[in-house]
Amino acid sequence: MDHIAIVGVAQTGYEAKIRNKTNYDLVYEVTKGVLDDAGLSLADIDNIVTVSNDFMDGRTISSMAVGEAAGGHDKNISTVEGDGTFGAFYGAMRVLGGFNTTLVVAHSKGSEGSLKHITNAMFDPVYHRLIGIEAISASAIQANSYMDRFGLSEESFAMVSVKNHQNGFNNPYAHMPLNLTVEDVMKSARIADPLKLLDCSPVSDGAAAIIIANEEYSRRAKTRPVWIKGIAHCVEEYFLGDRDLAVAKSLRQASRKAYEMAGISRPVDSIDVVELYDAFSYMEPLWLEGLGFCEEGRGPGMLKDGITLMSGKLPVNPSGGVLSSHALLVAGLARIIEATLQLRGEAGSRQIPEAKTALAHGINGPCGQSHCVWVLSSEQ
Amino acid sequence: MVSTELGYDQLLSIAFSVPMPYEWSVGVYGSLFFHEIMNHNRFLGVRCPDCNKVYMPPRRLCGPCFKELDELVVLPNEGTIEAFSIVNYPFVDPNTGEQRPIPYTYGYIRIDGADTIFSHIINETDTRLIQVGMKVKAVFREKELMQGNVQDIKHFEIVNP
Amino acid sequence: MPGSVAIVGVGQTDHRSHRPDVNGREMIYEAVQRALLDCELSINHIDAIIIGNMDHFESINYVDTWSVEGSGAIMKPIMKVSTGGTTGASVAIAAYYHVASGLFDRVLAIGWEKNSESDTTGAIITCSDPVWDRFSYSGAIPSLATEASAYMNQYGVTQEDAARVTVRDRGNAVNNPHAHLRKPVSIHEVLASPMLAYPIKLLDICPRSDGAAAVIFASDGIAQRITPRPAWIKACSVRHTYTWFGDVDYKQGLVSLQRASAEAYLRAGIKSPADELDVAELYLPYSYAGLKWIEDLGFCARGEGAGFVEDGHTDIAGKIPVNPSGGVLSANCIGATALLRVGEAALQVMGKAGPRQIPDVKQALATGFGGCFWSDVLILGSGRP
Ligand SMILES: [Zn+2]
Repeated sequence: MDHIAIVGVAQTGYEAKIRNKTNYDLVYEVTKGVLDDAGLSLADIDNIVTVSNDFMDGRTISSMAVGEAAGGHDKNISTVEGDGTFGAFYGAMRVLGGFNTTLVVAHSKGSEGSLKHITNAMFDPVYHRLIGIEAISASAIQANSYMDRFGLSEESFAMVSVKNHQNGFNNPYAHMPLNLTVEDVMKSARIADPLKLLDCSPVSDGAAAIIIANEEYSRRAKTRPVWIKGIAHCVEEYFLGDRDLAVAKSLRQASRKAYEMAGISRPVDSIDVVELYDAFSYMEPLWLEGLGFCEEGRGPGMLKDGITLMSGKLPVNPSGGVLSSHALLVAGLARIIEATLQLRGEAGSRQIPEAKTALAHGINGPCGQSHCVWVLSSEQ
Repeated sequence: MVSTELGYDQLLSIAFSVPMPYEWSVGVYGSLFFHEIMNHNRFLGVRCPDCNKVYMPPRRLCGPCFKELDELVVLPNEGTIEAFSIVNYPFVDPNTGEQRPIPYTYGYIRIDGADTIFSHIINETDTRLIQVGMKVKAVFREKELMQGNVQDIKHFEIVNP
Repeated sequence: MPGSVAIVGVGQTDHRSHRPDVNGREMIYEAVQRALLDCELSINHIDAIIIGNMDHFESINYVDTWSVEGSGAIMKPIMKVSTGGTTGASVAIAAYYHVASGLFDRVLAIGWEKNSESDTTGAIITCSDPVWDRFSYSGAIPSLATEASAYMNQYGVTQEDAARVTVRDRGNAVNNPHAHLRKPVSIHEVLASPMLAYPIKLLDICPRSDGAAAVIFASDGIAQRITPRPAWIKACSVRHTYTWFGDVDYKQGLVSLQRASAEAYLRAGIKSPADELDVAELYLPYSYAGLKWIEDLGFCARGEGAGFVEDGHTDIAGKIPVNPSGGVLSANCIGATALLRVGEAALQVMGKAGPRQIPDVKQALATGFGGCFWSDVLILGSGRP
C-alpha cells in the first residue's frame, strides 16, 4: 500500500439538540474546520466523500442537502451510506486510486427523527419489523447471549459505562460526561433487560470531517501526518438468529486483515490506544475480544485488571467513547479523529503519553454485523 | 413432499405504512425568511459579495465561491415564471399521506432581484392562460394563520399586465 | 500510479414492472449469479462488494447488511454507496477505486430497486428539501418538464422531435431480452399518449421497474486471465453541481454533464466524442434529454440535438449509436439503472452484447443522471490504459 495519511480533522461539539443549525450548517462548519486544521484550501482538495443516511435525515438522496456545504460544487464527489469509518475507507481508496486529497464529512441529527423507527427499518420487513425490534432490543438480546455464554455479570458492563462517562470529562466535544458509580448504572431504568438506561449511549447531533492525503499533499499540510497502516472491514450474516451474537466473528476477520497490512502480530503489545464503537456498554469488551486483544469471554476482565483505563497498558476510549457522544454515522469518524489527535500528541487532557500506534473502529447494521478497523501510526 | 411450485396469484406481500416522524431544523437563514413573511409580508434574499449573486430564499453559503454570506436584502413579492408544469398524474403526497389534488401547477419563479429560482404553486391550471415569462405575485396566508413555513405563501397568482 | 481496472463480467435480471415472486435479496442474487456465470467465477473469488439503491423506495435501512445473502457478502467487505439516480454509476466508480487502490483484485458492484414496493413519486418527493420544496414539489416528472419547456422555448424544439428519442430507444429494446418494455412504439403513439405534465406524456418518460444489475471489476493481470477481452475503465468523472433545485439554470444546458464529460474526455484523450466513441449508453430518463443532453456531451452543437437525432446519427447504424439496449425508457429499476448503462457499455466493448451488439466497439460511454441535475460519466475501452 502507498503511504497515505490523515492530515486534517474537525468535529462539532456533540449535543442532544443543536436547534440553531441545519445539517447543511454542521457540514459547512466541519468542512471549514478541517481545511483550517490542515492548513489547506478548498482548491487543494480534489475529491469529496460525504456520509449520510436517508432514514436519519428523513430525506431521499440525503447527500443532496450537504454537497455544497462540503465544498462539492465542482468536484468529484460520492456518498457512502453507513458509519463514517466506511466513508473514510472509501476516501482512502480514492487517494490510493489516484486522487491527491479526499475530504470525508459525516453528519447526523438524531434529534430530528425517531431512532426507534429508523433502526426498526434495519430489520427484515417480512419477518422482524412488524414485531417492533429495533437497535436497543436487538442489542439487549446480544448482551444477554454474551453474558450467558461466558457467565458475565451486568456489573462488569456497568463498569465500562462508569469508565467511559468519566473519560468524557477530558473531552471538550463530549455530549455526556458523567460522574457515575456501578451502583448508579445498575439502578438506572431498565430499558430492555439486561440493558439499563446508563448502559446505552445518548443520541447526539453533530458532524465530523477528515482529510486523507497522498504523500505529496501530506507534506503540504501544516499538521503532523498520521499514517494509515492497515484498514479492513467485514460483514457477517444478517438474521440475528443466523449469528452467534456472543462472538464478534466479522470483527475478528477484519482486524486480522488490518493487522496483517500493518505488520502487527501481537496487537495488545503493538497498539497504544484504542477508540472503539461502544454504542452500549457490553460492546466494548465484546469488541475487544473481536479485535484480538484477549480471549473470548475475557473482555470484561481487561477493565477489571485496569488494562483499559487511561493509566492502563491499553487505554480504551479516552475520549469517553460512543457512550459519551453518539451522533450516528459521525461516531466512527470521531473514533478516527480521536485516534489521530492521540498520535499527533494533541489530545489535550485525554492524551495518552507517547502514543505511536492507535486503533479506531466503527460498525454498521444490527449488533455489529459489519465492522471497520483502522490501524494508524505517527510514523511513516 | 410439498412442492415449491406456486401460482402467481398465490404470492403474498406485506403492507407497511408506518409514518416516520421528523422535526427538521429550519436554521438561522430560513427562520429569518419566514419571520420576515410573518411580520412584513415580504421576502428576503442574501447577496454574495464575491459573485454578486442574490440567493432567495437566503442561505448561509455561496456554493461556487464557497463563501459565507451575511448581506441580507429585502425583495419584492413579485417575480417571473421561468418554467412551469401542470401536474396531471395522481400520487400520494408524503406531506399528508393522502392523494394530492390534481391538476395543480408547479412553478419555477424568479423573484425580482434574485438570481435563483423559488418553487411554489401557481393558481392557474389552464395551459392557454399561463406562459413562461409572465409576471406573478405572492399571495400570503392570513396573518393569524401563519405558521412559519412555506405554506404561509398560499400560492402565486398571475399579474395582469 | 494506480493500477488499471477492467470490467470482466456483467449480469442483470429480466426487468419487470412487478416481481412478487422474489424478495429484494432474491432478486439481487439472480443478477449476481448471472454476473459470476458470465465470467466463470464463483462468489469465493470476490474480494469486496459495493451495493446501492435508494432507501425509501423499499424502506430498508442499511441495505448493505440486509442484503448479504443475495449479494454474497457474508464474511467479506461490503459498503453502500448511494447518490440518487446516479447511484448505479457511483457504485461502478466505487468498484473502480476499490480495485485501483490495490486493496482488492476482484470486486462486485450491485445496483437494484424494487420500484413496485412503494409509490415511486411519493418516495422521490422526499428528496426535495423538507423546509423549502416538499410542499410544492411533485417528483421527477415536473422537474424534468420544466427543463423540457425551457429547452423547447430556447431552440424551438417540438414534441415530435422528442418523440423520436422514445421511438429509437423502444425500438432498440426489441433486441434486449432483459428490457422491461420490448414493444416498439410509433411517433403517433407517443404524441397521442396521455399528458402527465406538459410537455411530458406517458411515452416520453421511463417506466418504473423491478430489477438488479451486477458488474464484476478486476485488476490488471487478473482481468486478462478471466476474459480475453475485458472492458478497461479509461475515465470516470462526477459532478454533483447543485444542492438546490432553484440554482439550476436550464438555459446553460446540463452543466454537470458538460463538466463531467469534459473531464472524462480529457482523461481518455478524446477530442471529438461523436467520432471517437463507438457507442453510448446514456441515462436518458425522458425523451427530451435525448436531444438536449447529447449537446452537453458534445455530440453536436447547442440547439442541434433534434436535427442530429432526426438525421439518424444516434441510430444503431449511425455515427454514434445511443442506447442499443433500449435505455432507461425501456427499463428503469432506479438504483440499477446507471449500473446497467455501465454494464451495457462493457458488454459492447467485450463483444458480448448479442443481438444488440454494435460491430467492433473500441470505446464506449456510459452516463448516470440523478439528484439535483447531477451527472456521472464513465468511458470504457478495449485497450488497456
Ligand atoms: Zn458567490
